[in-house]
Amino acid sequence: MNIEIKSESFTPRRSTFSHIARRYGEDRPASRYDEATLDVQATVNFHYRPLWAPEFEIFDTSRTAVVMDDWYAFSDPRQFYYATYNINRANMNAAADRAFEFVDDRDLVARIEPAWLDTVRHYLVPLRHYEWAADLNSLRVTDYGYGSRVTSAAMFAACDRLGMAQLLTRIGLVLDGNDEAGLERAREAWLGADDWQGIRHMVEDSLVVTDWYETFIAQYLAADGIIHPLVYGTFDDAGLDHGATAVSMMSEFMVDWMKDNARWVDALVEVAAKESAANAELISGWYRTWRDRAVEAAAPLATTVLGTSDAVQTIREGLDARAANLGLTA
Amino acid sequence: MTTENLHAATNAVSITFQNTEDARPIVEAIEADNPHATVAHFPAMVKVDCPGRLTINAASVSERIGRDWDPQELHLSMISLSGNIDEDDDKFELAWN
Repeated sequence: MNIEIKSESFTPRRSTFSHIARRYGEDRPASRYDEATLDVQATVNFHYRPLWAPEFEIFDTSRTAVVMDDWYAFSDPRQFYYATYNINRANMNAAADRAFEFVDDRDLVARIEPAWLDTVRHYLVPLRHYEWAADLNSLRVTDYGYGSRVTSAAMFAACDRLGMAQLLTRIGLVLDGNDEAGLERAREAWLGADDWQGIRHMVEDSLVVTDWYETFIAQYLAADGIIHPLVYGTFDDAGLDHGATAVSMMSEFMVDWMKDNARWVDALVEVAAKESAANAELISGWYRTWRDRAVEAAAPLATTVLGTSDAVQTIREGLDARAANLGLTA
Repeated sequence: MTTENLHAATNAVSITFQNTEDARPIVEAIEADNPHATVAHFPAMVKVDCPGRLTINAASVSERIGRDWDPQELHLSMISLSGNIDEDDDKFELAWN
């Protein structure tokens, strides 16, 4: 028997918001990412100028020397908006929790060679200060960046940096049997150890850069491009021969994060560099300056951990190749 | 003729999804990769018909959503399908052999 169920079909009058439809050139359904990021930031009718910087509007394209016809040409390849970002990071965090549990259950920290354990404490835990500064730099990009696509990607990255700083704190505590004295020692190393001062100097200089796109390059392309692969790649790998599996497991979040984060960094660099020769030249200049600083700063720490700073050159070559792919001159 | 007879006669396969955000990139991927597919909209449903063979490529959907998509994820959105299934990590395919 064929049952006919009468159904009333009606279509929505509009598929999306007017401003999104204007951008598409037609009224068609929009993705959540587009609706969350396109033209959210105001561009006109600011009621007053920032009291602390009256030469700018509240949102002002001239806060960077990079010139874009449309800052919304940038699109986050991960298409993160609030929900998808949180779900993704929650999964990563759950994996990290399981890693910490495993390390604890099997008492894997006790298997690290004592001398190497000291090395790990010295090269890894002070990075919580590096991540804190990276958080501040990300917030500068969020604060002064132009276009809600740029600023939302930067805000998610800022939250990530804070998360990683907390993870490093947690690792520091695990390495010292929950004794906070280890964190204090790491802070002293950050402030006073010879092999850390280059990195600290670079980081503190990056905090006072005024052009937000330069901050972005200094932090996300140059500094992270050298420091993250060095610490979570090369140092970590060397540690496996010294019984430091626990360290690899607890810091896997940072490895996964770097791969994920590089996607939006590369997209933002590429879209700006390919917009104009002037942009490409400007950004390349910033890249070269901050890459040189990162390479120079990382060398002493590499020598302490590995006996030589050769690894930094290898990483630098990889980073230069990545930059060249994005339209920069390394 | 009933709908089922019509399909058997024309050798068409079909897949029907809920009309949700999750299904949209899947339908778009099908439309892009299967030139003979036709898409029909019903209340809360999207039905895709295709003569012979319909292939959903994981790579096409992944490209649209910005992350790696597992073909098995389509089960969260699918209402019904018609055809013999051939599935692996890279694709979900419907055909009458």
